[in-house]
Amino acid sequence: MITLTTAEIRPDELRRQLFDPAAGAYCGFEGWIRNRNEGQNVLRLEYEAYEPLVLSEGEAVIEEARLQFPHLHAHCVHRTGLLEIGDCAVWVGVSSPHRDEAFSACRYIIDHLKVRLPIWKKEYYEDGHSGWVNCEQCAKHGAAAL
Amino acid sequence: MKTITVRYFAMFREHAGLDEETLTLEVATTADVFGATRHRHGSAQPNGHCKVAVNDVMADWDSPVSDGDTVLLFPPVAGG
Repeated sequence: MITLTTAEIRPDELRRQLFDPAAGAYCGFEGWIRNRNEGQNVLRLEYEAYEPLVLSEGEAVIEEARLQFPHLHAHCVHRTGLLEIGDCAVWVGVSSPHRDEAFSACRYIIDHLKVRLPIWKKEYYEDGHSGWVNCEQCAKHGAAAL
Repeated sequence: MKTITVRYFAMFREHAGLDEETLTLEVATTADVFGATRHRHGSAQPNGHCKVAVNDVMADWDSPVSDGDTVLLFPPVAGG
């Protein structure tokens, strides 16, 4: 399951949903807001998401993980709106019978969520400027067109 | 000519100055729609790292578009 929220992410509460008598391993990933990026001091971040496709693409990613790692429980929550330094922006939790699958599935899910889901973040910098992450650099470097 | 509703997100929305617009275009594919909007709004953003969806389903840049479709233009994503 994947959900979007504007509320604080509480991993300790979310992980309880993954409890399963057959699970011997739990692996969680939290993505936090950090105060520097691309050499600039970041004050806060704003996330924007297109929910219908975040949900459908997110479920597709989780289903891909389940096909690779049977008996997996997985849940992801992503924040939207304005976030401050240290806030949790994304949480991925998985449980499975053994630790190898838990580590691998958690890594697979977060890696694919980051590059496939229609989510964008705008950074607000100490010097008063702001910029969309990956967009400004992409335009600056003149990434290949079609 | 086809009537296409185009929706803009994040950086694209800021460049275009609007969330969406309905255009009458001579287009065959999603790439044609993207090209028409770049010409219209003067955006320098290349589309190599951009994504596109048609009627809320992820698509490719050579996907066909039909009269009445809604094309969603996504700038490079940055979740997590």
